[in-house]
Amino acid sequence: MTEPVRRYDVLVVGAGPAGLAAARAAASHGARVGLVDAQPRAGGQVWRHDVRRGMPAMARRAFAALAAPGVDWLPGTQAVLAQPGWLLADGPRGALQLHYRALVLATGARELLLPFPGWTLPGVTGAGGAQALAKQGWPLRGKRVLVAGSGPLLLAAAATLRAHGAQLLGIHEQAPLHALRDFALRLPRWPGKALQALALRTRLAGVAYRAGSVVVAAHGDDVLREVEIDGPRGRARLACDQLAVGYGLVPDTGLAELLGCRLEAAGRHRRVAADALLRTSVDGVFAAGEALGIGGRDCARIEGAMAGHVAAGAEAPARALSARRRHARAFAGLLHETFALDPRIHALARPGTLVCRCEDVPLGALADLPDARDAKLASRCGMGACQGRICGTALAELGVCRPEASSDGGRRPPLFPVRLAALAESFTHDPQEKRP
Amino acid sequence: MKAFDLIVVGAGIVGAACAAAAAHEGLTVAVVEPGPVGGGSTAAAMGHLVAMDDDPAELALSAYSLRLWERYAMLPEIEFSRCGTLWVARDERELAAVPARIARLAGAGLRAERVDARQLYELEPQLAPGLAGGMRVPDEAVVYPPRMARHLLDQAGAAGAQAWLGRRVVELLEHGVRLDDGTRLAGPVLVATGVALPQLLPELPLYPRKGQLAITDRYPGLIRHQLLELGYADSAHGDAERSVAFNVQPRPTGQILVGSSRESGVADREVSLPLLWQMLQRTFAFLPILRGLQGIRIWTGLRPATPDGRPYLGPLPGRRDVWVAAGHEGLGVTTALGSARLIVDGLLGRVPAIDPAPYLPARMLGGAAA
Repeated sequence: MTEPVRRYDVLVVGAGPAGLAAARAAASHGARVGLVDAQPRAGGQVWRHDVRRGMPAMARRAFAALAAPGVDWLPGTQAVLAQPGWLLADGPRGALQLHYRALVLATGARELLLPFPGWTLPGVTGAGGAQALAKQGWPLRGKRVLVAGSGPLLLAAAATLRAHGAQLLGIHEQAPLHALRDFALRLPRWPGKALQALALRTRLAGVAYRAGSVVVAAHGDDVLREVEIDGPRGRARLACDQLAVGYGLVPDTGLAELLGCRLEAAGRHRRVAADALLRTSVDGVFAAGEALGIGGRDCARIEGAMAGHVAAGAEAPARALSARRRHARAFAGLLHETFALDPRIHALARPGTLVCRCEDVPLGALADLPDARDAKLASRCGMGACQGRICGTALAELGVCRPEASSDGGRRPPLFPVRLAALAESFTHDPQEKRP
Repeated sequence: MKAFDLIVVGAGIVGAACAAAAAHEGLTVAVVEPGPVGGGSTAAAMGHLVAMDDDPAELALSAYSLRLWERYAMLPEIEFSRCGTLWVARDERELAAVPARIARLAGAGLRAERVDARQLYELEPQLAPGLAGGMRVPDEAVVYPPRMARHLLDQAGAAGAQAWLGRRVVELLEHGVRLDDGTRLAGPVLVATGVALPQLLPELPLYPRKGQLAITDRYPGLIRHQLLELGYADSAHGDAERSVAFNVQPRPTGQILVGSSRESGVADREVSLPLLWQMLQRTFAFLPILRGLQGIRIWTGLRPATPDGRPYLGPLPGRRDVWVAAGHEGLGVTTALGSARLIVDGLLGRVPAIDPAPYLPARMLGGAAA
């Protein structure tokens, strides 16, 4: 089990709904499948393990993929570097070389965090971030929590926070009421989604849900004390212990970029470009789920299965899923329309508001810098431990600096911080290390 | 057509330094740069200000430049940090070479001191056991090169220089340049385009020497000096196609920059894993604690190398009013300021502070050095 060089027919990166479906589909054709995820448990963000509450039945069924014959499940394993035909990964078993004939990118999404005055105060997190922390056992009992931002994730996050004992002060959705009404009217086309929404709403009975309501500032000396809201009834300040604010999700394209896959515009962000059979621009590399554009769990499951089939050489079962995929993607389109961001949100950050938390770079330092590479060289924005994952996404959303068009195509590993020793592992029995 | 006393092509640290020096002398200066300022080899560089003493000409230029750097030492934005250089001797043989190096540096006006094994571990407790000692050059420093390039360009601008950013020189004219948007600028031209030099001046031999660097998360105080192995020059200036050397730098942020490698004749920017393995293993042999540190980024860069290891600084015979400042390989950050002085002194017909003959491009063109 500790073999550091492993060879698979299909390697799947990401064990959320898309990756689990891909692994199962590929294994069903007899392929040797490797499934890796940086988290210690499968499920991705949407089915993240909850220390106190069980898993939904749908997730439990999907987890059967982990035990499927031919599937080698490698939890806690982070892909860090791409070479032709293999990935370098690091995890509890040390550094691994994961060779593949076909690779499925099921890398999911990241939360869009946007700067506003006070957003770096302790007590302010993303909405998805707060949900993940709650599931890991973060103490919330009796804490006054305000959930804000945009999108269906706010409801899911609020439900989890409440179930873990938080006192919810309200959910502040930036989208205006009329957009939410239109959304509700069209929801019956996706009965599953309508039921899901209804169930969430039931779990959130008694919690105020305010539309057209934007967090404009977080106030506090060294920790969060008050949240300032701009809503249809004007401005108000609310005393609060915790603010969970997220503006939706963006595709995680990091590994695709390392591999040299072509990306395409998705609003102000980018997604992996793929054809109808989910083939990316790089031979043998497929993508599924949120990496192809935010589409939600159901879309991810369908695309994961499609990509798994095609990666294992079976196109027919993938084609058979195309219609379901289109239906699920149409729902995603509706979400984007409904939760399009209010221009007020883009104007929240002041010149003195930090945009890069790793390197303490305020927005004002980026004035007149045309792209993210200029910004990096001149201000260090994006040069810290997160390597621009947070600030780069925020700046793209704000339209401040164009995404980096670097001279080396942005292919600068590692994908995530990794022990230098893992990068120095040559996988031979003749280490080149010598006495100095 | 606009006319200038000097058109500087390229705003890496060398071009920017030349533009600043020329504008400071009252020349009317144009600068043309297609990419970000300091975005080529300058951005990829370590930013170590260091005197290399294995070639007298290189030593003269670096010592001269280090003195010129002193006026920027208090500039916060370039992150000047006087950490000093500590050259590490693996054994008594390497340590025995130290007095001669100290004497050579002293001859160029640079202070250096021999360090025995006990002192070595006092200075850098994390070094692997069993090392013999070394040489400390206390006044050397590290900087953040792209910011310095930008600062120099700003200085040039404040002295009246005009910049064409986002524009590329596509052709050298009889007495000027043509840009990619058709604009023509007239005047003497200084080509300071680093590894891109052959595009405009194919007659000058220049090739890329690729390097790789890794940087860690923040570990303030873990190491204090720029650390190099005394055998560094063998790797840096040897003829091997590929080589690595122990060369590690503490950034003022607490991050640790890990080098270094050389690959000749490779122009792609992909990370070479076998060379990375070799480089890191070499590093761990001297600094085992680095094994467990988190690496956050690896990148590559191309050094502009010349056949004899010396830069091209001066007029180019066979072309009217064309000057060159390029080919600094790994020393462009250190020697940018001295290079700029030599160029400007040459343009103005002054006697420079150091002998310019070793750097004249004429040496490569079969003719005798002027």
